[in-house]
Amino acid sequence: MSDPILSLQGVCTNIAQYHILQGVDLQVPKGGVTMLLGRNGVGKTTTLRTIMGLWRAHQGSISFDGQDISATPTPAIARSGIGFVPEDMGIFSDLTVEENMALAAASGPINPARLDWLFSVFPPLKTFWRSEAGNLSGGQKQMLSIARAMIEDRLLYLIDEPTKGLAPAIIATMAGALRDLKAQGASILLVEQNFAVAKMLGDTCAVMDDGRVVWSGEMKELSEDAALQERLMGLSMEAT
Amino acid sequence: MTTAPDHSPTMAQASLWGRLEPWIPVLLIPALIVFGFLAIPATSSWLTLTVSGLAMGMMIFIMASGLTLVFGLMDVINFGHGAFVSVGAFVGISILLGLGSLTGAPSLMLNLLAVLLAVIGAMLATGVMGWAFERIIVKPVYGAHLKQILVTMGGLIIVEQLILVVWGPDEIFLTRPETLKGAITFAGAAIEKYRLLAVGVGLVLFLAMRWVLRSTKIGLIVRAGVQNGEMVEALGYRLRLVFIGVFVAGSALAGLGGVMWGLYQEVITAHMGANMMVLVFIVVIIGGLGSVEGCFIGALLVGLLQNYIAFLEPKLALISNIGLMVAILMWRPQGMMPVVKAK
Amino acid sequence: MLVKLISGDRPRSLILGLVLLAILVALAFAPFLFPGTRSVDTAARVCIFILLVASYDLMLGYGGIVSFAHTMFFGMGAYGVALASIHMGRGFDALLVGSVVGALAAAALALVIGLFSLRVRAIFFAMITLAVASAVAVLVSQLSGITGGEDGLSYKIPRALTSAAKYADEKVLGVRINGKLMNYYLVFFGSLILFLLLLRLVNSPFGRVLQAIRENDFRAEAIGYRVIYYRVTATCLSAVVAALAGSLFAIWLRYVGPDTTLSFEIMIDILLMVVIGGMGTMYGAVIGATLFVVAQNYLQNLLGAAEEALVDLPVLPLLLNPDRWLLWLGVLFVLSVYFFPTGIVGRLRRRG
Repeated sequence: MSDPILSLQGVCTNIAQYHILQGVDLQVPKGGVTMLLGRNGVGKTTTLRTIMGLWRAHQGSISFDGQDISATPTPAIARSGIGFVPEDMGIFSDLTVEENMALAAASGPINPARLDWLFSVFPPLKTFWRSEAGNLSGGQKQMLSIARAMIEDRLLYLIDEPTKGLAPAIIATMAGALRDLKAQGASILLVEQNFAVAKMLGDTCAVMDDGRVVWSGEMKELSEDAALQERLMGLSMEAT
Repeated sequence: MTTAPDHSPTMAQASLWGRLEPWIPVLLIPALIVFGFLAIPATSSWLTLTVSGLAMGMMIFIMASGLTLVFGLMDVINFGHGAFVSVGAFVGISILLGLGSLTGAPSLMLNLLAVLLAVIGAMLATGVMGWAFERIIVKPVYGAHLKQILVTMGGLIIVEQLILVVWGPDEIFLTRPETLKGAITFAGAAIEKYRLLAVGVGLVLFLAMRWVLRSTKIGLIVRAGVQNGEMVEALGYRLRLVFIGVFVAGSALAGLGGVMWGLYQEVITAHMGANMMVLVFIVVIIGGLGSVEGCFIGALLVGLLQNYIAFLEPKLALISNIGLMVAILMWRPQGMMPVVKAK
Repeated sequence: MLVKLISGDRPRSLILGLVLLAILVALAFAPFLFPGTRSVDTAARVCIFILLVASYDLMLGYGGIVSFAHTMFFGMGAYGVALASIHMGRGFDALLVGSVVGALAAAALALVIGLFSLRVRAIFFAMITLAVASAVAVLVSQLSGITGGEDGLSYKIPRALTSAAKYADEKVLGVRINGKLMNYYLVFFGSLILFLLLLRLVNSPFGRVLQAIRENDFRAEAIGYRVIYYRVTATCLSAVVAALAGSLFAIWLRYVGPDTTLSFEIMIDILLMVVIGGMGTMYGAVIGATLFVVAQNYLQNLLGAAEEALVDLPVLPLLLNPDRWLLWLGVLFVLSVYFFPTGIVGRLRRRG
């Protein structure tokens, strides 16, 4: 395995008086999908937001592509090559789909070939290209959010629960898109509650509990060991 | 390979009401003008009042637009915005008074040149002042509304007092440049030339602002930032810089508004900005905090209503705007064109 | 007993306690300690402004609500007394009716504005009160048939409260025991009692909930407190006390006018007093108002002297012009908000 693209060491993050992250150690290898798993409220979203600099780690270090980014402002982190899909999708609802995408292409005009590919992955974006994003359905918003991250080639994608609350058919679309992205050799850190999706996409995996990473290893190892799942997450994945 | 989505995207056909509804605020303006036409006996008076109302509305819009954007972008409410109006007026009018040879000449070109120079001077001064104001007064109190209100109010007091120190305690009277004096007669109605100019400037400014917001990347960033600033940063844009830019531009516009208002009233005082803030706040509230279009419509409504009512029942003029605000807030508690905030 | 009187809200600083005691004693015996029309007048203004600023602090410091309509409520009480005295004739009944009607009107208006704006967003309140207050001020100066317009109204108050009424033939400590003295003590005790009531209010469960809301309204709402109910109630109570302060002012002055009760300048003064004295501490109102009113009446002379002394220098005399003292207060105000938001009282408490 080559050097990790992203590495967190002993990251602690406080929000108001709450200690949400209490020393997260996490490696995301270059190429492939790393799953970030764990029950609700253990700090997965906070971890992603801390990597983006939206919340500040008050302790520990985060290095991305060989650079320490723990004190870098959010815009610079984004420009260094991270595409971010937040849990709430972060859609600009008063802007059209086109404008949302144009903003996401931060380094210049949209590359037409890449856009065509995204249209083929997410056809509704083409249909509603000039509509206000606020009028899209939940699944279409999620597609837009992911397409925004994918409109430019990023070194790393941080994706927070892309299938949350979506219908099975749309989940399949999402999973397909992520698999496409993976096939191109992208590095992805993915928070996911849907086990089928996690099992299909994940190469490596980190499980969080109570503000720490409590287990990390190969996805296969976890998915084949029901007892381990039970111990780490209080549920057996196969059951869901 | 890609799994094709097997859902069929549809968009519900909006009902007539549904399609009309977003346009209601816009339609309020012609509705108000028609009301004025019916309520005011003489057509010529109505025409005069309408132009004057539009002129006043445009000037209020120029002053208010920066304030509403600053609020939308950074959740900063600047009670000291009126200081820029006053400073703009004093700087601009001082320049104008110094250009007597240009303003006194009976040439429209020379007169406009003088006004242009005054406006540029005023906007430069208030722009720089806005930058300093943001750095010194506003920056330390981000995210704390209560402190923002207090501190920016304190800034207003200080600036007003400094104006008194520099320009002395007396109000300054002025006359408009030669060719902008007087009125033209149209359909039996006397319409002051300066008001036409004000309407023109306001309209051009609104259209330019709309173009910037709709068709440029900076505009996209501003509009997106008003809704969800965090996400704009996560896409790689330095919102803080954009915000300072908007703050400076808004301050410069307030300065422009100050010059125009001074020329309109033909007298300037240190308190004029603070006095204008009453109307500016009403406009910003009824328009919907953060919305430039709402601010524009609100400003025109306020300008027209104020002029009609001042003609029909002078004592109710200011109260009428409060009434308008109450009515609009009862209809839409967030203002006519509320900005959808992500959080 | 004393602790109970101040609702257990101890000054928590020796210096602060001594200063408060000194102010209390000075005000209680002002006519004897500082005889003379001007100084007694200053003392009465101090009493009234302490009350007015304290009532504002209930909203700002304890409720976290910024209002620019406080002078409007103040004026409603003042005009209530004035109009009642004119239309009902001089008499205590007119004073009472005027005060009660003024206070009720203030409460009603505060209720309407509060329900309207606090429901949506707390910052709407600041803007809307600014707009409404300025509209009312304009209206009052325009409706000269009722309000006397810019000139204001003069009226007669009961003889028992004027210097025409004599209660003792002999002077006590060199001071005539007349109606004017009674009037002063009416103002003094009226202000004192209302101030102690405010103190009781902010130390009651209601006051504590209000402070919890100021700290974090989402959490307070989540715990189950109706935030809007508490905020609107605080606004109404604050308006009532402000109106009563206005009534006392009207009784003391025997005159009301837009400049003395409604003007935006007074609103700014109130803000300065509460912030410099210390927000969220009723005692801050005492310190702030006392300092400010005394300074307003005497310090300006000092600035004038400084200006004279520096008359040969270029810019300084302009800056030290007594009319420019608001400039320095403005600077002090901004610095206070940044560096000691709890004002003088907070400072003293931290040291003590």
